Amino acid sequence: MRQRPLSPHLGIYRFAYTMATSIAHRISGLVLTAGFALLTYGLVAIASGPESYATAQYVFGHAVVKLIVAGWLLAFCYHLFNGLRHLNWDLGRGLEKPEARRSARYVVVATLILFVVLAALAFARGAA
Amino acid sequence: MSLQSPLTKVLGRGSAKQGLSHWWVQRVTAIALVPLTIWFVLSAVSLPSYEHAAISDWIAAGWRPVLLVLLVVTLAWHSALGVQVVIEDYLPTKAVKLTALLASHFLHVLAASGSIYAVLRIAFTHTAG
Repeated sequence: MRQRPLSPHLGIYRFAYTMATSIAHRISGLVLTAGFALLTYGLVAIASGPESYATAQYVFGHAVVKLIVAGWLLAFCYHLFNGLRHLNWDLGRGLEKPEARRSARYVVVATLILFVVLAALAFARGAA
Repeated sequence: MSLQSPLTKVLGRGSAKQGLSHWWVQRVTAIALVPLTIWFVLSAVSLPSYEHAAISDWIAAGWRPVLLVLLVVTLAWHSALGVQVVIEDYLPTKAVKLTALLASHFLHVLAASGSIYAVLRIAFTHTAG
């Protein structure tokens, strides 16, 4: 078959930060998918009884896993707000360049605020 | 009615697949996940205790097992659709794509089944203490 150029043409676009918000949506989505595996592990550990839950608590208590959970929380906040931005676009609203740039900034600010609140709740109280 | 020529159909060209359904289900699950995930994450970070008994109490009480099963099913579905797009966009050959898609879908079904089984087991066997 003839090799045709494939969209998105990443190599020829001039960088704009709305592009970064787009790729970050995919990356945060993948991070959340990995978190789904952690959620499954946690639920199965709870269902299997106190001993396996103790092991899970040990795993979730590890610094690396805590960092992963923090990354998961950040990805959640971002994917939530940027997802709402996408749903708004699907209604045909906010698609003009200045609007898309403004909503990108709103998403970043909202993400950081929610992340700080959730991370403070989670880590100050030993959730993860 | 299809506007594809017979040759195009045989070759599997053009939009003969489930593009619209994929797009639509991704949006429906996204909308459902907004309240479900906000509820879950806020609850998870504000539980009074993370002891086994306390966390089992929380999962088993009232409508929570139902909401958790809904969360897991919707999450797995939305996640599978999202990962599918990433695989289709970035992986090179058809063989690699197909292998990755199969693995992704199997793992998603496995995670969803495992989570649902765990939630139901806690709901049915745990008695609040």
